[in-house]
Amino acid sequence: MTTLDARHLVKEYRLRHTTLRAVDDVSFTLEPGRTLALVGQSGSGKSTVAKLLMQLEKPTAGEIRLDHRPVQRRGAGLAAYRRTVQMVFQDPFASLNPFHTVAHHLERPVRLHHGGLSSPQVRERVLHLLERVRLTPPDQVARRRPHELSGGQRQRVAIARALAPEPGILVADEPVSMLDVSIRLGVLNLLATLQREEHLGVLYITHDLATARHFADEILVMYQGSIVERGPANDVIRAPHHEYTKALVAAAPDPERRIRELRA
Amino acid sequence: MAITTQAPEPPEARRSGAYAGFGPAGPIPLAGESIPPPVGRRRLALPPMTAKLAAGLIIGGLILLFGILAPFVVQDPATVNDIGLAGPSGAHWLGTTQTGQDVLAQLAYATRGSLTIGAIVGLVTLALSGFFGVVGAYAGGWIDELFSLISNVMLVIPGLPLVIVISSYVSDKSIWLVALVLSITGWAGSARVLRGYTLSLRSRDYVLAARVAGEKRWRILAVEILPNLVPLLAAQVVFAVIFAILGEAGLSYLGLGATGSFTWGTMLYYAQNGLALRLGAWWWFVPPGLLLALFGAALSLVNFAIDEYVNPKLRKAPR
Amino acid sequence: MTEPILTVDDFSVDYEVEPTVHAVRHVSLTLRRGEVLGLAGESGCGKTTLAYGIVRLLKPPAAITSGHAVFHARNGDDVDWSRLDARELRRNRWDQISMVFQGAMNSLNPVISIRDQLEDVFTTHRPEMGKRERRDRCGDLLERVGVDRARLHSYPHELSGGMRQRVMIAMAMALEPQIMIMDEPTTALDVVVQREILREITRLRDELGFAVLFITHDLPLLLEISDRIAVMKDGEVVELAGAVELYTNPRHEYTKMLLASFPSLTGEPR
Repeated sequence: MTTLDARHLVKEYRLRHTTLRAVDDVSFTLEPGRTLALVGQSGSGKSTVAKLLMQLEKPTAGEIRLDHRPVQRRGAGLAAYRRTVQMVFQDPFASLNPFHTVAHHLERPVRLHHGGLSSPQVRERVLHLLERVRLTPPDQVARRRPHELSGGQRQRVAIARALAPEPGILVADEPVSMLDVSIRLGVLNLLATLQREEHLGVLYITHDLATARHFADEILVMYQGSIVERGPANDVIRAPHHEYTKALVAAAPDPERRIRELRA
Repeated sequence: MAITTQAPEPPEARRSGAYAGFGPAGPIPLAGESIPPPVGRRRLALPPMTAKLAAGLIIGGLILLFGILAPFVVQDPATVNDIGLAGPSGAHWLGTTQTGQDVLAQLAYATRGSLTIGAIVGLVTLALSGFFGVVGAYAGGWIDELFSLISNVMLVIPGLPLVIVISSYVSDKSIWLVALVLSITGWAGSARVLRGYTLSLRSRDYVLAARVAGEKRWRILAVEILPNLVPLLAAQVVFAVIFAILGEAGLSYLGLGATGSFTWGTMLYYAQNGLALRLGAWWWFVPPGLLLALFGAALSLVNFAIDEYVNPKLRKAPR
Repeated sequence: MTEPILTVDDFSVDYEVEPTVHAVRHVSLTLRRGEVLGLAGESGCGKTTLAYGIVRLLKPPAAITSGHAVFHARNGDDVDWSRLDARELRRNRWDQISMVFQGAMNSLNPVISIRDQLEDVFTTHRPEMGKRERRDRCGDLLERVGVDRARLHSYPHELSGGMRQRVMIAMAMALEPQIMIMDEPTTALDVVVQREILREITRLRDELGFAVLFITHDLPLLLEISDRIAVMKDGEVVELAGAVELYTNPRHEYTKMLLASFPSLTGEPR
C-alpha cells in the first residue's frame, strides 16, 4: 500500500533553437485502491509524465515523493523504488524482447526483487503470475516467444511482468490503444480486477475519454503540458469547465448523443 | 565502405484476439484463440535455407575445406623443378610456374593464406567495431562522443594510401602484419553501422522495460540488446572478410602484400611478374583468380541471405 | 439517392501463401449514389483487402478469386472494374473512384510542394487543362477542404497532421469522383481534429454528392457519419443495416460484442 506524490513537476527539453516545456507544473497524488486517469492528445505531455514517474527521465523541477519521502535515484533506494512503482507500456509488440521467452521476461523481475528464491520457487511464481493474468495453460505460455502470441496476450504478459515485483503503484501508458477493439475492455477489466486484488494505485494514461470515465475515479485533463481540469470522472465529463475539456467532450464520438440528435 | 543492411523488422505477429464474451472475471478465450504450437526451439538461430544461402554455403564451404585439407596432400609448393613453365600434366595437375613450382600446391597454400587473413581481419574487425560501435552507443554521453570521434577519424583517413605507407615501411611483411593493417583501416565503417543500430535498439520499449524492472546496465546490453544485434554483426563480419580477402589480393598484386607467403594475391603478383598472361600460362593466374572471385561471391550470397532474413521487405516469396 | 453506384458481387480474395489465407469471402454489397457506407471490423477482417481489391490495387500473393466490382456511371454505362486492362485502369482510377489510404498523412512526397503534388493529378488525368486553370483549381480544392490557399507553396512537413490529411482528401476529390474510398482516414489524428475532418467530409458529400466507403475499426465514429454500416469479420460481412438500426437493434452476435467494446461517454456507467 503505497502513495505516490507528484509535486509541481516540470520537464524541459532543450532543442536547437528553443526550449520545449513538455510538462509544466503537474501535480497529483496516486493512492492505493484509486485510479487516476490522465487524459490528453498526442503531444500533451502525458507520456513524458510517465517517464518522469518511472525515473526514465529526471524532472527539470519539482519532486516526486514515495510514501511522503523524496525518491532515491540510485543504489538500494532506486531498487526499492523499482520494486514499488511499475509500468505497462503502450505497444505490446515493442515492449517484449523478440529474442526471449515469456518465462525469461517474468523470471528476471522476480529474481531481481525477490532474491534468494530457488529456481523451482521462481518458476512457480512465474506460473502463478501467468494464471493471474488469465494466460492458460501457464506452462505452455511460458515457453512461447512474443511473436507467437497475439497482441492481447502480449499485453497480459506485460501486465504480469509489471506485477512480478509486487508493486504498490502501476502506471499504465495507453495500455489498450494498440490492441484490437474487441479485446480492449477485457484487458482493462483485468487491470481493474488486479487493482482491487492488490490494492494498487493506478495511473491510467489515455487519449480516450470514454474508457477513462469507466475505469477511473478521477480524471486529469492535460493540454500542452499542463493540467487544465481535474475532478471526479463523471463530473468532468458531464459538466466540463475548461474550454479544452469541453472541446474534447464534444469531439469524442458519442453514439447515444447522435441517436438523440437523429431522432429529434 | 558503407553496408546497406537495414534494421531488422519485428516479425509479423498474430493479430487474432476475438473472445467469446465477457464473464465476471473478464473475457473468456475462444476455443480457437489458444496458445499456438511451438515454432521451434530457437527463433533467431538461423535464416531459412534458400537457394542463395545454400549456394553460398556450399561454394564457400568447399573452398574452405580445400584450404584446410589440401596442403596436407599436395607437393611442396616451394620446390623448384627443372621443367620451367609447363601446362597441366599428370605430374602437375595445374601445371608449373616459371620456376617449375607446382601450381596446385601453391594454390592450396594460397587458399589457406588468404582464408587466414580473412579470418583474422574478420575477428579483429568484430572486436574493434563491436567495442567502439556498440559499447559506445549504449554507454551514451561523452563515451559515445569520444568513440564516435575515433570511428569517424579512422573512417576519414584514406585507407589505401595508409596501407601503402605502412606497407612500404616494413619490407618483409608477414601475413599477420597485412591482416593487422587491413583491420585497422577497415573497422570504422562497421562501427558506424553498429552504432546507429544500437542507438535505435537502446530506445526500444523492451529495453526501457528492462530498466524499469531494475536490470543492471551491463546485463541489459548483454541479454537484451546483443542477441538482437547478432544478425547485423554477422553481416558485418562477412563483409569484413570479403573486404580483407579482396583487399589483400589488391595489395599483393601491387607488390605491397605478404610477398614471402602464399596467398591468392601473391600468386597473381608472381604470375604477373612472370608474364603469365603474355605467355599464355592460364593455369597460373586463372585458378587463384577464380577461387578469389568464387569465394567473394559465396560470401556475398551468404550476406544477401542474412539481409533477406533480417529485412522481410527484401524477401520475394512469402515465408 | 437510392440507386446503386457500385455493386460488389460475390467478391473473394485469397492470399496465396502456405496455408492459403481467405482474406475476403464471397462479399456482396451495394453502395448507393451519394451515401456513406461504413465498413467496420477489426484488424485482419479483410476490409482493407476488400477496398484494395475493388480498385485492383492488390499485389501478389493476393489474388481475386471470384466476383466482380461493377461501377454504374451516371450516363448509364456499367464498368466492370475486375475486367479493365492496365490502360483503362489508369484512366478510371481517381476519375471514377478515388482513395484516401491508411496513414495518408505520410503519403505525401516530402520534397515536393503541395501545389506540385496537387497539380500532378491534373497533368496526369486532364492534360488538356491550361496552366492557370490548373493552378486555380488547386487553390479552389484546398479552400474547399478548409485549408488556406496560401498553403499551396508549403511542403508537407510544414503542415500539421490534420492539414496533411485534408490535402490528401483534396487530392482524392480533385477529379470529382463519384466514389471515395477512405481507409481509416482519421486514426492517427487528435479527436478534435478528427471531428473537424468528419465534418468536412459530410459537408463535401452534401455539396458534391459523391458516395463514400468509410473503413474503420471505430464503430461509434461510423455512427456519426454513415447512413448504413456493414460489419466484417474473418472476410465476411456479418451484418449490414442502417446506422441507427445497427446500433439500437444489432442482430449478429459479433456486432453485439463489438458494440459492447465501446463504453459510452454520456450514458449510464456500466
